[in-house]
This record gives sequence, structure tokens and C-alpha cells, in this order.
Amino acid sequence: MIISKKKPFEEVLKSLEGKERVFVVGCGECATVTQTGGENEVAEMKALLEEAGKTVVGTIVPEAACHELDVKRLLRKNRDAAEQAEAFLVLSCGAGCQSVRAGTDKTVLPGVDTLFLGNIQRAMDFLEKCSLCGQCVLADYGAICPVTRCAKGLLNGPCGGTNHGKCEVDPEKDCAWVLIHEQLKKEGRLDERRQIHSPKNWNVVNRPGKLAEVREKVSGAVSGGEE
Amino acid sequence: MGKYRDACKSGKFVVSAEIGPPKGTNVQGMLHHIDMLKDKVDGLNVTDNQSAVMRMGSLVVSGEIARRGGDPIFQATCRDRNRLALQSDLLSAAFLGITNVLCLTGDHPVVGDHKEAKGVFDFDSVHLIQCCRRLNEGYDWAGNELDGKTDFFIGAVVTPEADPLEPQLYKFAQKVEAGADFFQTQAVYDMDNFQRFMEKARAITEGTEVKIMAGLVVLTSLGMAKYMNRAVPGIFVPDSLLEEMASVPKEEALYKGMEIAARHIRFLRENKVCDGVHVMAIGKEEIVPEILHMAGVLEEVAS
Repeated sequence: MIISKKKPFEEVLKSLEGKERVFVVGCGECATVTQTGGENEVAEMKALLEEAGKTVVGTIVPEAACHELDVKRLLRKNRDAAEQAEAFLVLSCGAGCQSVRAGTDKTVLPGVDTLFLGNIQRAMDFLEKCSLCGQCVLADYGAICPVTRCAKGLLNGPCGGTNHGKCEVDPEKDCAWVLIHEQLKKEGRLDERRQIHSPKNWNVVNRPGKLAEVREKVSGAVSGGEE
Repeated sequence: MGKYRDACKSGKFVVSAEIGPPKGTNVQGMLHHIDMLKDKVDGLNVTDNQSAVMRMGSLVVSGEIARRGGDPIFQATCRDRNRLALQSDLLSAAFLGITNVLCLTGDHPVVGDHKEAKGVFDFDSVHLIQCCRRLNEGYDWAGNELDGKTDFFIGAVVTPEADPLEPQLYKFAQKVEAGADFFQTQAVYDMDNFQRFMEKARAITEGTEVKIMAGLVVLTSLGMAKYMNRAVPGIFVPDSLLEEMASVPKEEALYKGMEIAARHIRFLRENKVCDGVHVMAIGKEEIVPEILHMAGVLEEVAS
């Protein structure tokens, strides 16, 4: 789940300066769960914008705003409103925002800040456990990721900032190294803790990441794509 | 070779102090401290943007200490430089006559004065130790042969009061394995705790030549002692020392702190608890010679 939070409305309004007719785009997937860009938040944003004197010419909530073809299709379906719009305000992650970019030549503005790939702990409580580093090291660390959960992404044990099991950077957060150590102990793998782990290979994913694998159709077993 | 390495190899009780580069271009105070201390200690650490506060660079100040006839211990953290910049600075250090490197992770930017900065941490301290070892062998991290190798005496740090201690001991073992020649510890105040730590550390370094120097930060006031207990992870000032600091009027607190530091140096040396001390008098370096004199180690270093 991509975790996002709403930008302050004043910031949104400032970014819309000089643009009167606005088209609001949400997302039916992550931004719905994080309550930043679902149907409710899109309606709420519409009301706020109208209260601030803007005209909301249209709204859509794609199933997943990161699906560029879907977004384009929805914009085509709402062509009249899209043509009237001076700006698109996107209540979705940066990926969703850029899907809209791919579907129009007009101004596209983000209405939320994209924070991290998060696990859902409980409703509206999210924790980052994976940072998409490109080469998974979880096997070495009892399935607790130091790249993500250590504030410094250290690979060989705690720094001096470990503090009674918490992290110096944020006392609300656990020191990943205490978690990893305890987990490996439970698994009877403490002997592995002496092993030195190489630095990350940051060349595995050169930004921007791109993957276009050619999939072979195996006797109709592969489905999906355009209907 | 260098004076610090020689002292470590000789088996004598090793003493180092610390220089904090200035925030700005006024180097007068720092140069005064360097000249005052360079012949009274075996080595002089130079901090690297300590506590993630931007200052003049550790590399250049270390070079200046070498130029003035002292033996610098170049502190290098992994916070501000990736593996290219770190290795480049290490080669530059060799050119400046620096032979001791203390490899540190580095404090996180959020504890410093540029909180919005991106921490690098491409290497961690264990990698940096390994990297120094490779440069000493004539190769860079990527395996390319160097035209002229380094000859670093490689240092690292360990936190004896870390809670929990076990993960810290494993990291200590990794640093030994990676090739650290010497350790300077985070500040210690409880000598009983430190002795217990040293027993565990010695079990790990058994069979190696690794030297361990106790880190001593001079207490300057009761408030400072309480602050360290409260706010600095891995530092524990026992109640007995808090009471001792509270027992004297404010204006005598610094002297009391110096007495405590001198007493600890004496204790560590006489009981052969560790191989030396690293004395930190953060910003008050002029008191270090007197502490060493009180501890009875000044004459020995100077000889």
C-alpha cells in the first residue's frame, strides 16, 4: 500500500492560483485506504474548492490511479469536463499524479504528499517495512529489513544511537537491530550475526526503474491486458 | 609509522585527546589547542561534523596536525559521503601524512543542525574498516589496483553501556573481523560496568593485537552529567558520580570533573583494565594536560 497524507488545503489552494476550473482525480486503491483520495475525500475536496470560489468541472476515482491506461480511458470518457479544466488536482500518490500527466497536456497538481510503501497495522496505522531497494536481503536478517527499518539503513548491526530497544532518531520507533537480533536468536541463528554483509548494490535499480518483461502466452493461461 | 600506532604497539598505556574543528574560519582557538596538546598525547582525534553539526573538515585539520608534528587520528563517518568520496578522502589523507583513521557510522542528520539533509550511509562503519584494509593492501573497494597503497592504522568505536549489549558485542566482533586495529569506546563512567564489558571484549579479541582505549568525557557540571544520562544513548553516569558532582559548589564542578577523569585514568591503568584512554574535554581542551598530570600519565607520554 502506498501511504500518502493530505497536503494542507492552503498549499493546495496556493498551487491552484490563477486556475479557476479544476478537475479532481482520486484513487480507488491506496488513497482510498489512507483516506486521502477515495470517493469521500474527492467529494470533500470538491466542496472545499467550491467554497474557495473554484469551479470543479469534474471528478473521477479510477480503480487504481497508477494504471495509466485506465486513467486515460476515464479522462476520455469525461472529455467535455477535462477539456474545460484549467488544472487537474490529483489526490493520489506521485505515481497516480503522473498517470494523469500522461493523459493530459494541462497543468497537473498533487493534492497529497506520498510518504512510503506501508504495511497496514490497523485502520489508519501504517508502518514502512520495505523500501523497494531492488535486491531483497530479508533472508539474512530474519525477515526484518534493516535497509528500511534502521534509520541509517545499516547492514551490520546497531549504531551508537540504539537506546533501550528504541531508535535515537525517533523514540517511538524500534531499533531494527534489536528486532533482528531477537528474531535470529529465536531461530537459533545467532552464529550468523558475526557474518559481515556487503554494502548494498545501488545499481540494481537505476532510477527510473523500468521493467518490461515479455510474457509468453501459455495456452491461454495468461489473461489480463486490454479487454 | 606514527606515534599513536607506535604507542599502541609498544604496550604502553596510550593516551589520546580530541580536537573539534571550528564552525567558521577562525582557527586560532583550535590551533592553540593543537599546539598545546600535540606533544602531550600519543594521538589527537579530529571529529568529523560531530553530532551532525556542520564544521570545518576533519581531513584538512588532521593534515594540519600532521604538518605541525602531531599524530592525528582522522575521524571519518559514513553519513556525508558515499564510497567514492570516502575512498578519495582516504587517499587524500595518506597524501597529507595521516596514518590513523577512526571509522564511524556517524550521527543521523536529524540530531544535528542541518536536519533536512540526506544521510548517505552507503557504507556502514564495518564496510569502512574493510575498505581501509583493502586500500592498505593496494586495492580500492571495487578491486582496482592502486598506484601506491595506504598504510592506515585502523580504528573503530564501541559502546560499552549499550542497552541491550549483546547486539553491540556482535558488531564489535564484526569490526575486529573486518580488520580494526584499535577501538576507542563511547564515554564510560561506571568502572565496574566497564570492567565487565572489557572481560567480554577481551574474549572476542583474544589472539589478536587489537587495542581498546576507554573513552572519557570530562564532566563539567552536574547539569551536564544529568543531561548525558537523560539524552545521550549509550552513556550512563552512575549515581555516585552525580552525588560527587553535586557535593561541590558550581564553580568547583569542572575541577571535580577533572579529578574524576584523572581518577578513572589511574584506575584503568593501574588495574590494566584496558590499553589506554581517549580523553574528550569537548571545547575545553586546555584542561587536558592538567588531567593527564593529575593521573600521572603526562610525563610518560611526553618522554
